[in-house]
Amino acid sequence: MNLSLNWLNEYVDVKDIDVKEYCDALTMSGSKVEGFEALDEKVKNVVVGKIIKTERHPDADRLTVCKVDVAKGEPITIVTAATNMKEGDLVPVALDNSLLFDGTKIKAGKLRGVLSEGMFCSIVELGLTVNDYPYAVTDGLFIINEPCEIGEDINSVVGLKDKVVEFEITPNRPDCLSVIGLARESAATFGRALDVKKPVVTENGGNISDYLSVSVSAPDLCSCYRARVVKNVKIEPSPAWLRQRLRNSGVRPINNIVDITNYVMLEYGQPMHAFDYACLDGSKIVVRKANEGEVFLALDGTETVLNSENLVIADEKKAVALAGVMGGFNSEITDSTSTVVFESANFAGASVRKTSRQVGIRTESSGRFEKGLDPALTAAALDRACELITLLSAGEVVCGEIAVENYCKEPRRIAFTPDWINAFLGTEIEAEKMVEYLENVGIKYDKASNMLEIPSFRADVETKADIAEEVARFYGYNVIPTTLIRGTTTEGGRNAMQEFEKKIENYLTAMGLNQIATYSFISPKYYDKINLPCDSELRNSVKIMNPLGEDTGIMRTTALPSMLETVTRNINYRNSSAALFEIAKIYIPKENEYDLPDEKQVIVLGLYGEGTDYYTAKSIFEELCDKLGVKITDIASENNVSYHPYRTARFISGDKVLATIGEIHPAVLENYGTDKRVIAAEIDMEALYASAKFEKEYTPLPKFPASERDISVVCDENVFVMEIEKDIVRAAKKLLEGIKVFDVYRSEALGADKKSVSFNLTFRAADRTLSDEEIDGVMKKILKVLAEKGITLRS
Amino acid sequence: MKNELNAIKEKALLALSECNDTETLESLRVTYLGKKGELTAVLKKMGGLSAEERPVIGQLANEIKGQLEARIEALKAEIGKKQMYARLEKEKIDITLDGDLKKLGKKHPLNTVLEDIENIFIGMGYKIASGPEVEYDYYNFEALNIPADHPARDTQDTFYINDKVLLRTQTSPVQVRVMENQKPPIRVIAPGRVYRSDEVDATHSPLFHQIEGLVVDKGITMSDLKGTLEVFIKRLYGEDSVVRFRPHHFPFTEPSAEVDVRCFSCGGKGCRLCKNEGWIEILGCGMVHPKVLEKCGIDPEVYSGFAFGLGLERIVMRRYNIDDMRLLYENDVRFLNQF
Repeated sequence: MNLSLNWLNEYVDVKDIDVKEYCDALTMSGSKVEGFEALDEKVKNVVVGKIIKTERHPDADRLTVCKVDVAKGEPITIVTAATNMKEGDLVPVALDNSLLFDGTKIKAGKLRGVLSEGMFCSIVELGLTVNDYPYAVTDGLFIINEPCEIGEDINSVVGLKDKVVEFEITPNRPDCLSVIGLARESAATFGRALDVKKPVVTENGGNISDYLSVSVSAPDLCSCYRARVVKNVKIEPSPAWLRQRLRNSGVRPINNIVDITNYVMLEYGQPMHAFDYACLDGSKIVVRKANEGEVFLALDGTETVLNSENLVIADEKKAVALAGVMGGFNSEITDSTSTVVFESANFAGASVRKTSRQVGIRTESSGRFEKGLDPALTAAALDRACELITLLSAGEVVCGEIAVENYCKEPRRIAFTPDWINAFLGTEIEAEKMVEYLENVGIKYDKASNMLEIPSFRADVETKADIAEEVARFYGYNVIPTTLIRGTTTEGGRNAMQEFEKKIENYLTAMGLNQIATYSFISPKYYDKINLPCDSELRNSVKIMNPLGEDTGIMRTTALPSMLETVTRNINYRNSSAALFEIAKIYIPKENEYDLPDEKQVIVLGLYGEGTDYYTAKSIFEELCDKLGVKITDIASENNVSYHPYRTARFISGDKVLATIGEIHPAVLENYGTDKRVIAAEIDMEALYASAKFEKEYTPLPKFPASERDISVVCDENVFVMEIEKDIVRAAKKLLEGIKVFDVYRSEALGADKKSVSFNLTFRAADRTLSDEEIDGVMKKILKVLAEKGITLRS
Repeated sequence: MKNELNAIKEKALLALSECNDTETLESLRVTYLGKKGELTAVLKKMGGLSAEERPVIGQLANEIKGQLEARIEALKAEIGKKQMYARLEKEKIDITLDGDLKKLGKKHPLNTVLEDIENIFIGMGYKIASGPEVEYDYYNFEALNIPADHPARDTQDTFYINDKVLLRTQTSPVQVRVMENQKPPIRVIAPGRVYRSDEVDATHSPLFHQIEGLVVDKGITMSDLKGTLEVFIKRLYGEDSVVRFRPHHFPFTEPSAEVDVRCFSCGGKGCRLCKNEGWIEILGCGMVHPKVLEKCGIDPEVYSGFAFGLGLERIVMRRYNIDDMRLLYENDVRFLNQF
């Protein structure tokens, strides 16, 4: 809402208050100011000049040399290329060192040898349009036909000696989308008098019932419909003062009738509409729901097909307006309009909102109705429109008003509870002071009943908490003390799962991984990129009905593609390596679409760069498990289309699959446009948490020395080392303290498909020094168990 | 014999004074003090001395032996020191070269700042709550006093899954879920992802993070809300932060406020960062609306509470002077490595 301070001052005198101070105060009392603009700052040092004499330029056929009186001593000389002026005309003169609307600076200078001490201006150069000055031209000088004095600042002539304050009004306060509403807030903020006069209608013969009948067939969507008729209308431009107010408020002047409707809307906050009476078939207005498939052509040329949820204003035959949104092309005010019907009505916010969205038309009117307006406002607004008709001599108001009302006129009452308010706010404000604050915004207090009467324009005030807010904002939010909560102390902190997540973050970053954050919605194409089969369950995702675009169309069921996007982006940025992780959510839909999906947490790793391979990711994961007290019980080959078939594993703890870790399949990487090797891991956070052991127990340090033995065994190439290790551990029983692989070796001598694996074994007993014989015995058992599997000692 | 001994001593001392390596020193020790050494040889001849002479010569011989031994020990230590020094000198390294320690990874700036904020509130006795991101319309809007067709729904362009399910536009639905499941006293914060259909640009993202706070108990006042948030803001931005509370409107709080901090950049004079306002808006808050308490089964005549919500991205961007929100979700390692 753009508020002209000149206009505001008509209702509450704040002329003496500095505009910055005004803005700050209004912001702090609840009407947020976005900024203000002094309208006279764009055009500077341009004054009214009177052309005294014109003569042809001695050296240029197209230039004219004018002597101009600017009321500063001797007349000055202006050289101009314009042709629409004559001696005696008043024109805007940009003097030496002046500023025009578009930022151009004007200085005195010679034109073909003749010194011009400035420049004449057109309306365009002053930032005006023909809507502001219908008699002016755009391609010539602005020949001023306004009451003014020679030498006067042009800003004051065209009404730009004004400041405009831009308010950001919250949706609960549609009453503040008006000059009067903001005047009320301003008056309450500064404790000044509010002076709003009741409009007076001068009726001029006839009887409205001879002209018009109104029926409302959808009272649920139209709580009030008022109409008046104006005859003998003369369509012409509005007077300058009215055009200036509209312009300063950001509304384009059109003609007197349309301008009056806009003026009243700005002033009272009540949208109005004017119909050309001649276009109303059957002299009837019917407020009804649209017929299914009814076609409507709006004023702005939008053609739209309506349905039975849309409310229209119709005559006997056709819709003439989309209620609260926009008038129809078929009943528009034109230059030949002679009789006008003014509409001042109240339409249900939800319905206007729905219709406005459906047809894609948002107007000042629909924006106000959507927020829910006060039906009582319709009367004063209609009267004000008629008052302006008389004031502007724009026509004659026919006697009588039609009003169809379907709303409760009983004001809302709320008990006045000053003690509760003080307890709620933590203040000690006197009850009398509270009443003063409340009455300043129109809330009346009845001492006898101890009730507060809420004015109809404050539909947002419903409970005692709302009353507390009214008190608080005029008492001053920043005057309310600051205290710390008394009462019950509470135990704060993270729960076990939240702590677990923090630990994982800490361990992974300690291992050199950077944490990333990616979007949780993805494109369905992401599934293609990781070569997910068409029938994969993972393709069943939560779909967004109204996504921004395909890229954000569904909620991911796997976080792998987001990681691969990130990895390849880094590759494309020529970052030589990266080690990344994300603790991400995935969203697994339920069968019933009205059940919320399972939101599961996963940890995804992504690595690339020199020296990075499957084993890097494996050791990171194993270290993480070790730190979290998770025991990996098995590692198995994993078949997953996104991964390398021979370099991917499933990590298992008991009956839980903890993770898939592997090299990304080159075919997948090709989809991402890279031929680098990328390693990824997908870790199930819930399984990890379920397998974690948080208690640690100390093992006494050994008192007896350990003995080490190395053995090298030969086995088939496809035997996993881990399997051999398991056999060794099983055979050695508890004397084996540690086992480490230190060499894997292949040679022709060993034979194809064979490999030799060397282990370093550490033996120790807690209660004695082991003898060589004892260890020999264990080694024998180990070799026996291995031999059963065809694994032999290397000779 | 006395002269003989003194001559050996002089000779030995002279030889020792010229010695500067351990090998020579050892051979000198053998030459003079060894079993077959000169001093030993002289002592062996002591048998031929008279009873008067023997103790005198013996004492002298022992004195000389002691002196030589002490001298040899001292020289040994000295030479050892010199040798060590020579060795250390050879071990000279370029102390400016880099080691090969693997660098620590970095937490994402969103997580770092979130953790800081969480810790501030944990210190004040808050628990951390969470709720679903794919949420029912009821929790995101209805229960928060935003019925269907409420104009506030327009300001939060919502991604819908179907007519009843949506992507939450705020973390406020967690308030409702907490109140439904827990009796007062309640003190929680609820951080998480929220979604609004804003096109991506330098200051907008269709996905961003909010942190919701909720306190419900007997006798909670608006002054408590102010006190709590002031403590929080001073912890986050420093003790000298200046805070102001400005009336605002949220459907689920009454009274409602927005909280501004005096611009860090210009100190309130007005600059580009604060859009010439001198203040930077950092969060929204208010007293929990009685209708919301009621909907969650908490009697507003007995209990009161306050709630607040802040946007994490903006706090992160301000802390690190990040000028483009897209960087946070692009995850370029050159960016991530800076935190």
